[in-house]
Amino acid sequence: MARALINAPAKAKHGEAIEIKTMISHTMETGFRPDSTGRPIPRDIITELVCRYNGEEIFRAELFPAIAANPFLTFFTVATESGTLSFEWTGDNGFSATESVNITVE
Amino acid sequence: MIAAAALFLIALLGAGAASAAEIPLAERKSGYEFMGRETRAMQDDDTANPAMLSVLDGETLWQRKDGSAAKSCADCHGDARTSMKGVAARYPAFDAARRRPVDLEERVNICRAEKQQATPLAFESKELLALAAYVGRQSRGMPIDIADDARMRPFLQAGRDMFTKRQGQLNLSCAQCHDDNWGQKLAGAPIPQGHPTGYPLYRLEWQTLGSLQRRLRNCLFGMRAVSYPYGAPEYVNLELYLMWRARRMPIETPAVRP
Amino acid sequence: MTRADGMSQRTRRRFLVETAALAGAAGLALRLDSDPAGATPASMQAAIRNVAGEAKLNKGRVKIDVPALIENGNAVPLTVSCESPMTQEDHVKAIHVFTEKNPQPNVIGVRLGPRAGRASVSTRIRLADTQKIVAVAQMSDGSFWSDEVEVIVTLAACLEGA
Repeated sequence: MARALINAPAKAKHGEAIEIKTMISHTMETGFRPDSTGRPIPRDIITELVCRYNGEEIFRAELFPAIAANPFLTFFTVATESGTLSFEWTGDNGFSATESVNITVE
Repeated sequence: MIAAAALFLIALLGAGAASAAEIPLAERKSGYEFMGRETRAMQDDDTANPAMLSVLDGETLWQRKDGSAAKSCADCHGDARTSMKGVAARYPAFDAARRRPVDLEERVNICRAEKQQATPLAFESKELLALAAYVGRQSRGMPIDIADDARMRPFLQAGRDMFTKRQGQLNLSCAQCHDDNWGQKLAGAPIPQGHPTGYPLYRLEWQTLGSLQRRLRNCLFGMRAVSYPYGAPEYVNLELYLMWRARRMPIETPAVRP
Repeated sequence: MTRADGMSQRTRRRFLVETAALAGAAGLALRLDSDPAGATPASMQAAIRNVAGEAKLNKGRVKIDVPALIENGNAVPLTVSCESPMTQEDHVKAIHVFTEKNPQPNVIGVRLGPRAGRASVSTRIRLADTQKIVAVAQMSDGSFWSDEVEVIVTLAACLEGA
């Protein structure tokens, strides 16, 4: 599985908007780059990132070839309850990766 | 764009550039200082630095048993955070058996062959870079400190000779850009001083982590000079000289550069 | 090459793209519009219309944060933020980013809601050339707001050999 890195606070106050930073290794081949013979290298990108908070979707992003390699994406969510933040990346050629972190909300 | 750069360089050389003089120690600046604010922020933030993905891979590889000896790096070296602290800051280092300096990537492969009975990792492979990034990370912030070893002097001199001699179709030396014209622009990009403080690093141009040798090959290509194969002793000699030239500057591995 | 109905192959492709865009078949339209010669202001407008339909794009409330001078177009830090209380009654539903001169105009589309707390996303994007970036935010009341910036993209020195 591709290497993923999540940075989110381990602890937060109820109602606080917390920043979640995500990064995953992936070349994000655009489909526009020519190979040495001049033919375009086929597209191979991550097309979606979904974040769920205790199973409920709180964030969804659709990615296009214009997203840089090793996609870095940060967003906010309100800390509502303790539990698990889970992340799922999907993409071309059946790409799939998941990661999760726990959060304690006071 | 390369043609424009070549014309600029020909004009520079025609104008009778002064002979190379080393940068005074107090005036040395890392390539970090020539980058924009946002690129610097990318390097400074471990949660945003794309090279950290490789460091994490390196941390996993450090624990992985390999070779017919079924040993991991950790089996001999324990926790890299203590055992590898300061190591990258003193490489290239002299290898007594080979009677020459070796760089960090070569050192990893020597360990693999001799201690793990494992096949060497290919130069510029994802795994070798990840291990070099992980080991290098343990020296972050520490001053570069190449040993003052008499046995290394001829290699250091060879590196310095390579840095100062004119080469390639443009008849240009490294020193002419990086000692004499640092801070000026070359085809819109600032010329840094060429200190290898952050390798392996994430070059935005490569969209991935890469070694100093890869960067040197990019330079040689730009100079229209012959480049050497990966692992060539010429690169190790040049790295030795560059690290000596950057002595006491802090290690930044894994850095980010444009 | 001209077909029996008098349309050249290229005109037919543009017609399909624009029809699909009007029909709201966003995914299909994007696949057809992969012209390696690059996006144009017109195809960026088409991509924006895909998202906003015929709605007016109000200026304000959305802010693009990107360096004015970019040292390498391969990885450009970008932040888009919107002023919004992010309550159930008044929040940002989606943020979309577009470019004018990349090979295709879409960059990212993000779905938000009141659970976000703050309507701000950051990422790193690719920019093929000096050009305009446009961000469009869709609010819960159905209104659309946008911001646009012009950026200059320079190249790194000493590139890779063949």
